[in-house]
Amino acid sequence: MARTRDVFWHHFQDLEHQRETSALGMWIFLITEILFFGGMFACYVVYRTAYPEAWLAGSATLDVKLGAINTAVLIGSSLTMAMAVHAAQLGKRMPLVVFLVLTIVLGGIFLGIKAVEYEHKWEENLIPGPAFDFHGQGAGNVQLFFALYFALTGMHALHMVIGIGLLGNLVRQSLAGRFDAAYNTPVEMVGLYWHFVDIVWIFLFPLLYLLGRH
Amino acid sequence: MTTHVHAGSTPKHYLIDGYGIRSWLLTTDHKRIAILYLASVTVMFALGGLFAIFVRLELLTPAGDLMQAETYNKMFTMHGIAMVFFFLIPAVPAVLGNFLIPLMIGAKDLAFPRINLLSWYVFVVGGLFSLYAMIAGGIDTGWTFYTPYSTAWSNTNVVPTAVGIFITGFSSILTGLNFMATIHKMRAPGLTWFRLPLFVWAHYATSIIMILGTPVLAITIVLVALDRIGKFGIFDPAAGGDPVLFQHLFWFYSHPAVYIMILPSMGVISELVSAFSRKRVFGYSFVAFSSLAIALIGFLVWGHHMFVSGQSVYASLVFSVLSFLVAIPSAVKVFNWTATLHKGRISFETPMLYVFGFIGLFTIGGLTGLFLASLGLDVHVHDTYFIVAHFHYIMVGGVIMGYLGGLHFWWPKMTGRMYPEWWGRLSALVIFIGFNLTFFPQFVLGYLGMPRRYHAYPEEFQVLNVMSTAGASILGVGYLIPLVYMIWSMRYGKVAPDNPWGAKGLEWETGSPPPTHNFEKPPEVVSEAYAYHEHPAEARHG
Amino acid sequence: MLSDLPFFPKQASTLAGEVDALYLFLVGLSAIMSALIAGTLIFFAIRYRRGTKVDRSNPPEGSLALEMIWSLIPLAVVMVIFAWGASVFFKIARPPDDATSIQVVGKRWMWKLQHANGRREINELHVPVGRAVRLTMTSEDVIHSFYVPAFRVKQDVLPGRYTHVWFEPTRPGRYHLFCAEYCGTKHSRMIGSVIVMEPDEFQAWLGGGQAGVSPAAAGQKLFNELGCASCHSKESGSRGPALDGLYGSTVLLERGETAVADEEYIRESIVDPMARVVRGYSPLMPTFKGLVAEEGLFQIMEYIKTLEGERDARAERADAPAATPGALPETAEERK
Repeated sequence: MARTRDVFWHHFQDLEHQRETSALGMWIFLITEILFFGGMFACYVVYRTAYPEAWLAGSATLDVKLGAINTAVLIGSSLTMAMAVHAAQLGKRMPLVVFLVLTIVLGGIFLGIKAVEYEHKWEENLIPGPAFDFHGQGAGNVQLFFALYFALTGMHALHMVIGIGLLGNLVRQSLAGRFDAAYNTPVEMVGLYWHFVDIVWIFLFPLLYLLGRH
Repeated sequence: MTTHVHAGSTPKHYLIDGYGIRSWLLTTDHKRIAILYLASVTVMFALGGLFAIFVRLELLTPAGDLMQAETYNKMFTMHGIAMVFFFLIPAVPAVLGNFLIPLMIGAKDLAFPRINLLSWYVFVVGGLFSLYAMIAGGIDTGWTFYTPYSTAWSNTNVVPTAVGIFITGFSSILTGLNFMATIHKMRAPGLTWFRLPLFVWAHYATSIIMILGTPVLAITIVLVALDRIGKFGIFDPAAGGDPVLFQHLFWFYSHPAVYIMILPSMGVISELVSAFSRKRVFGYSFVAFSSLAIALIGFLVWGHHMFVSGQSVYASLVFSVLSFLVAIPSAVKVFNWTATLHKGRISFETPMLYVFGFIGLFTIGGLTGLFLASLGLDVHVHDTYFIVAHFHYIMVGGVIMGYLGGLHFWWPKMTGRMYPEWWGRLSALVIFIGFNLTFFPQFVLGYLGMPRRYHAYPEEFQVLNVMSTAGASILGVGYLIPLVYMIWSMRYGKVAPDNPWGAKGLEWETGSPPPTHNFEKPPEVVSEAYAYHEHPAEARHG
Repeated sequence: MLSDLPFFPKQASTLAGEVDALYLFLVGLSAIMSALIAGTLIFFAIRYRRGTKVDRSNPPEGSLALEMIWSLIPLAVVMVIFAWGASVFFKIARPPDDATSIQVVGKRWMWKLQHANGRREINELHVPVGRAVRLTMTSEDVIHSFYVPAFRVKQDVLPGRYTHVWFEPTRPGRYHLFCAEYCGTKHSRMIGSVIVMEPDEFQAWLGGGQAGVSPAAAGQKLFNELGCASCHSKESGSRGPALDGLYGSTVLLERGETAVADEEYIRESIVDPMARVVRGYSPLMPTFKGLVAEEGLFQIMEYIKTLEGERDARAERADAPAATPGALPETAEERK
């Protein structure tokens, strides 16, 4: 059971004030993340407009099946995250821990599949740089597609790793009994972050994997 | 209405509430964090100043005879990086903003005290990275590190410097986030938005820019690092990349960044002009809204750095007209500050001298911005000393004057001591004279055609360069004097009363220095900001 | 006359005076505004300093009328400045049709220039007074910037792209040429001179010296040496489109888009032929990136410009299918 004096900061009026302010802080942080990914999306738009053939060619080399599985996995993890928040709000410790762990597992599956995809690209010499070797139409500029593919998905994966770390910390704190119906703000905040990372992927998947496929 | 600190009967003030290095390095008190920032930015300012000395010394003679070209290129690069990212961006918000915002709104602290401390550590770590890069060989790309020079040609420490700036960017983001949440959620009862001091409005607008702009710089740095280390080719024409795309991404942040620098300083000026005229700022809501207007329009003008970059004529037209628009809210502020003096009761203590300096120099700097927004004229003066003069008028004549004025004004609040007044006035004067002698000749040099970032230059430019270096030496002395007497005053300065200036504002209604939790009793606000006329008994009669 | 003032740059081009006029107007405006504000500040500071006995009753806290006046009048003034600056800019950006062409390649840390008759220069540019000159410029490495203060013109010089600048000199003399975009160690040594001569002296200069092969002739030589002619022939069934009349025409591309065959297009077609393939032709052309230097590309371009011809010989080949969008890329083996 949470002891209010351990979790309440006295510059706030009450726990509700603290929760509202924390939520505002997290939303502001997510806005910065939108701008952060936005810079890469801007590069994507510029280069796709300039080199549509290269974009088609690059997208065709991505494995839609794996990408689709990953999309389902992430959406599933957002579901388990929402269940975790719900459990926290009801003060149910065991379901909270279970759903947090499930979210971590699903996140891990996502990263595992991503690792497999990256490994394929390594074998096919499609990592940008001196070893890059692409055959076919649009060859001159396809490296740019892959540069953005790795930058975007790599940055996304990094955010997932951080998210899994945050979730792990929540598991530890939940097991120690830190959260209850009155105080579960960190769970809610990590939930917001996790959903955001999920939404970024919802954009990445069609923009990278689904070009030219009908 | 002032609270007096009596020994033994009231809470300790924040400077003595806890001793030892741990109580400082692990503090979550916004006031102590402000002091930590004060120390850090002062060190970085000294470093940036050192690089400037080398630059100006070399430029005494037309030949590149003091140091090798590559060394000189590192000097101006590191001067820019140290000053822009590690002094101008953080100084006013992280020192004065951190210290004052909770006090001004009647709160006990910022919304997220631990994040505040984290932002300082992030700043220090980023600074150490960049410091390492500077010491271990330096960097010579210019602070703007244009591609493909920075990604494919420079053989200096680009990536470590970039990493340092990337890290420090998060300090800015966290500060902005904290300020926004604080101003929204932590105001004392009765403190509506339009009763806020204009300093708070200015920092709110600044926080918007920090939040929206800094992440774009961060990702741009990541892409530059990927290009440089992994040869990704995003900005490399050989791989189909566009080096001008880098410029768009870079300036999308770096133009709003200059508003991150100036807006807080403008907030300081609003407070000072009011206090030393003993009058409410004229046109309060216009000044408040002008801060927001500058923040918003400031995001739409970045292409005015790129008129000759190869971007289309039509893009240049759009950026030009928007750049003229952004001048208007700044002009509105200057007019309103000037009007504040009308029927006021004006005194000329050191902070007020800095106000006059600011208004004069910012006006000139801002007017020269009109020159640059004019397409036909910018073609000639772009990348010349005209630009260098323009931005130094605003950064040094504007931002630093506001910072120093604010530092003097709130020094008694922060330290409980008065600085020595006559030394304060003297150094303000020395700084003003030194500044103008340094930078006014550079306008002339620029129009004559002397390009910037030149290690050696044609002989006919020497006279003006010598004037500029002479001015810089005076300016340097002007900065050293306050460094000495401010430190001296912390021990030997006159003990300050709670409100030495008789100024309005919640920060003056608590001790100098304030107790750790700012107010013995949470204040409740019933009057407007700058309510000088409501208490004629306290106002000094003419 | 203005140029004879100390600390004022010489005016040596047709547009210098216009740029200076705008500049001096702004200087005057700034001086007036600064004086007004400084004057008002000083006046108020003295009159209303603490201790003076003047009327301070009912100090206004704001005035909507004043705010409107000092927002709208400056707004109108800056819009005028914008329009003025824009009109000068249009002139700077638009060369006259009869301008002589000069090609410029910037590289760390020198300027390489070539006249239409083939005469080359390094860090110096001789031009005749009274004739417009248009520079087509590119960089071999990083971004540079071609700046002649006396002409009031400047243009960044980019790798992988062409940019242009033009001027018409009005006074004989020797004028500074500076690189104005930081490009590394010897940035401040990437300087030279533009030498403006009387027309007959210039003709003498141009004809004398090492008689260079004209760029077009050199380009034709390259065109043959590199084997371009083997695909780009006028025979039917040739692997590449014939190039007669190509320069300046509109080309139909694979997916139905069109492009104007300007300098940029031609250069791209040589170094990155897969980027925009002409409709009806297979993507077979190998890239010549790294095989032809920037000067060589200029020369081939000049040669192609001399190829006159009817454009409809190049219309879409009825018997060849357009490339299928989204098709998997061919491997090198399939291409052979």
